[in-house]
Amino acid sequence: MHGLINRAIQSFVCATYGQPCWLRVTEAAGLGFTEFEAMLVYEDEMTKRVLDALCADLNRPRAEILEDLGTYLVSHPNMEDLRRLLRFGGVTYVEFLHSLDDLSDRARLAVSDLRLPMLELREVSPAEYQLFCYPGLPGYSSVMVGVLRAVADDYGALAMLSHDGQHGDAEVISIVLVESAFTEGRHFDLGARKS
Amino acid sequence: MMDTAELSALLDTLCPMFVLVDERGKIVNAGPTLQKLRPDEPMQGKDFLDVFELVRPRTVTTTPALLSLAGGKVHLKFHDEPRTALKGLIAPMPKGNGAIINLSFGISILDAVRDYALTSADFSGTDLAIELLYLVEAKSAAMEASRSLNLRLQGAMLAAEEQAVTDMLTGLKNRRAMDVVLRHLISGNSAFALMHLDLDFFKSVNDHLGHAAGDFVLQQAARIMEEETRNEDTVARIGGDEFVIIFKGLVDESVLSDVASRLIKRLRQPMMFENTPCQISASIGTALSTQFSSPNAAELLNAADQALYEAKRQGRSRHCPYSTLVESE
Repeated sequence: MHGLINRAIQSFVCATYGQPCWLRVTEAAGLGFTEFEAMLVYEDEMTKRVLDALCADLNRPRAEILEDLGTYLVSHPNMEDLRRLLRFGGVTYVEFLHSLDDLSDRARLAVSDLRLPMLELREVSPAEYQLFCYPGLPGYSSVMVGVLRAVADDYGALAMLSHDGQHGDAEVISIVLVESAFTEGRHFDLGARKS
Repeated sequence: MMDTAELSALLDTLCPMFVLVDERGKIVNAGPTLQKLRPDEPMQGKDFLDVFELVRPRTVTTTPALLSLAGGKVHLKFHDEPRTALKGLIAPMPKGNGAIINLSFGISILDAVRDYALTSADFSGTDLAIELLYLVEAKSAAMEASRSLNLRLQGAMLAAEEQAVTDMLTGLKNRRAMDVVLRHLISGNSAFALMHLDLDFFKSVNDHLGHAAGDFVLQQAARIMEEETRNEDTVARIGGDEFVIIFKGLVDESVLSDVASRLIKRLRQPMMFENTPCQISASIGTALSTQFSSPNAAELLNAADQALYEAKRQGRSRHCPYSTLVESE
């Protein structure tokens, strides 16, 4: 599993549940270290053990935790860089949804060895969409539900998201757009620079 | 044929940074994104060359010369601040009715989006500007992560080097390891001999036959020293061509002199490096821990060093025990 993904989990746990929780989790998972490096690649098994240990520690189902992770990736100040990269996807939430088809390619463009599963958006009606998450990363669809929900907030759109079960080998997320301009949303300045 | 208004409307969509100039070089119309760069100064009606300065080709300063650059690429700058750099392509209108000049930011896009607060709506749908901005941010973030990893790895490497006890080139112990051994022997009140060995003519091998030959000679010398000493002895390379051998429990000067003679004899035999003989030799000074009432490392090293100096003074390829210096005093 790519270090960026492991690092995202680490960052999420530390920011949400605190450093002691993370140390307990790495200990229980038997990692032998406590810090993932974002630019190294680790055994898939390690990530699985970390998530198992995290579920046990928090006594919460994995899907719920992964959804929170998705929300964290977009909405937490630690992750501002990632939010900006996602916002490059489009000027509106609907444009953003359509850009998800390119997400795995975009990720690979930035970090060539980062492989994210294929996503495919299907328009049911202008207010209703289905996102097909293809296999490759267990739990990816749960993370995506959290991401989509937080990005909707970011654009100021009001959307209802739910898991729509399995369709072939893809897990399907249903997206119902109640209002595309519910609030102002958060500002996105194309030319913003880090100070 | 469509009129100017229709053409401008079309260009607004396709290339929002176009300039339509008439045959005299006056701006008939400018695209919305280009006009956004100078919101308070309508470009319409101005002379193209009054708004923009031609950077390349430099020779072009007149309108006819500009219009003659059909299909050519030009580099421009605004005359006033901010002097954003632009690239342009000139396409003449039929029948000498002026030209369309399509402008783009080129590499200045990063500063331009910030300076002019541009949004994705300011670029045409096929423009790769947004993708470029995305890539710059994504790559910078990835680079930042790599850089921080590099810094940590470098720190780890320095720490590892700090703890290393082996000389990378020869596989012998290094100076740090020698210090540890000396400290250990002294604190344990053990008797031992310390030989300071310096290769003679090594610099000449290095200078005349190159560093590869020099490295080879050092490795051969190291092998000889290891072969001529016991397992419990410590052979360390403490400088370029300087070695220290610590003989644990051996303070018999005649035995040490025999060892030194064997070392010098073997080191004097030419070493063949790529069919070229490398000729070196060695000078050795030896001090004994028993020559001092309460020995310390610096004192012993200094004594061996003095003896070595004397060996060199006597004409190299020699062994000089420290005892001979003390007796002659």
